[in-house]
Amino acid sequence: MPSLKDLRNRIASVKATQKITKAMQMVAAAKLRRAQEAAEAARPYSERMGAVLANITQAIGGGGEAPALMTGTGKDDVHLLVVCTAERGLCGGFNSQIARLARDHIRKLLADGKQVKIICVGKKGFDILRRDYAALILERVDLREVKTLGFVNADAIAKKVIQLFNEGGFDICTLFYSQFKSVISQVPTTQQIIPAGMPSAAAEATDGGNAVYEYEPEPGEILSDLIPRNISVQVFRALLENAAGEMGAKMSAMDNATRNAGDMINKLSITYNRQRQAQITKELIEIISGAEAL
Amino acid sequence: MPEAFKFELVSPERLLVSEQVESVVIPGAEGEMTVMAHHAPVMTTIKPGVVTVKTAQGKEERYVVFGGFADIVPAGCTLLAESAVAVGDIDRADLARRIQEAREDVADAKDDQTRSKAEQFLSQLTTLEGAVLPA
Repeated sequence: MPSLKDLRNRIASVKATQKITKAMQMVAAAKLRRAQEAAEAARPYSERMGAVLANITQAIGGGGEAPALMTGTGKDDVHLLVVCTAERGLCGGFNSQIARLARDHIRKLLADGKQVKIICVGKKGFDILRRDYAALILERVDLREVKTLGFVNADAIAKKVIQLFNEGGFDICTLFYSQFKSVISQVPTTQQIIPAGMPSAAAEATDGGNAVYEYEPEPGEILSDLIPRNISVQVFRALLENAAGEMGAKMSAMDNATRNAGDMINKLSITYNRQRQAQITKELIEIISGAEAL
Repeated sequence: MPEAFKFELVSPERLLVSEQVESVVIPGAEGEMTVMAHHAPVMTTIKPGVVTVKTAQGKEERYVVFGGFADIVPAGCTLLAESAVAVGDIDRADLARRIQEAREDVADAKDDQTRSKAEQFLSQLTTLEGAVLPA
């Protein structure tokens, strides 16, 4: 049985922890709002990009002009996985969910006799995947120093991927990230970015109608300029969604922690009070029985 | 008074402009062009340069863009810029850094084709610098 002093210390320390988790929750809430705004601000660009891409592929008519980034190499022997996770922990199951999805995928690919390469974005995913697949990790992109995610960060990652593709480093590239559904729900998702595949007919731009476009320069040239940019946009979107998701996960994790700390304080206080009462009663009994003996 | 049309300037980070305008001057890959209402549908890549927007209220706004492309339809014009800032907000250091990077690209170019592309980009950037920054 812990002494009264132990209990007092224990309660004080849990209270301190509660203050910290409470503060972290509020910080996460503020950051979440900003991350959400950033994700929403980026949406028009990717939407327009999709529309333009659909339009232009329609113009080319899916002929042989399409660049390799879009059609792929025609093989699927070597897979590149870009696994995007958070830089920091303390956000519930956020990082481990993404890592688990990636790990399942890797296991399946390896079982099929494919070759797998990994690029890790974010420290946490790297830490988890390193345990099992250290040999497969090509590179680790560190975004720890980055305060606000910019397009340049995503562009740098996309450039690396494209360069690797041009050198024949892989056939298929898949992006792993967490889709931001709501503050309490983030869904780990995979998205194939190379080959990009033809945009579906449903996504075709409607505002131009069936008007005949003029292209400056040639459609093929525009397309070869557009596709790498589209990959950057996809990576950027994934990073933004991840950032928002991380903050959402962190907020609910910290909310839970704060509540748990509260419960613990209550329980400890009850034990403390009971023990104090018991001690007082014991002392009283001692005094009374001492007086009776006289 | 010319008819107004919808113009949107979008960068990956955010939507910069979305309003009714009279005319827009775009630094197209094959020369500058002015877009007004009912323009024939054109899709063009753009080079680093200045976009001049004349709003329906008659105000003139200028933005610096670094590459991207424009989608022009009779009903409106959408400009997807790789990065865009208002001329008033341009950061001298940022521009200098971009030029430095372009120089390095020229130096690193392995074959003639990439080198000529990089050189072209560099010259566009330096022209841009001269245009927006008073010496």
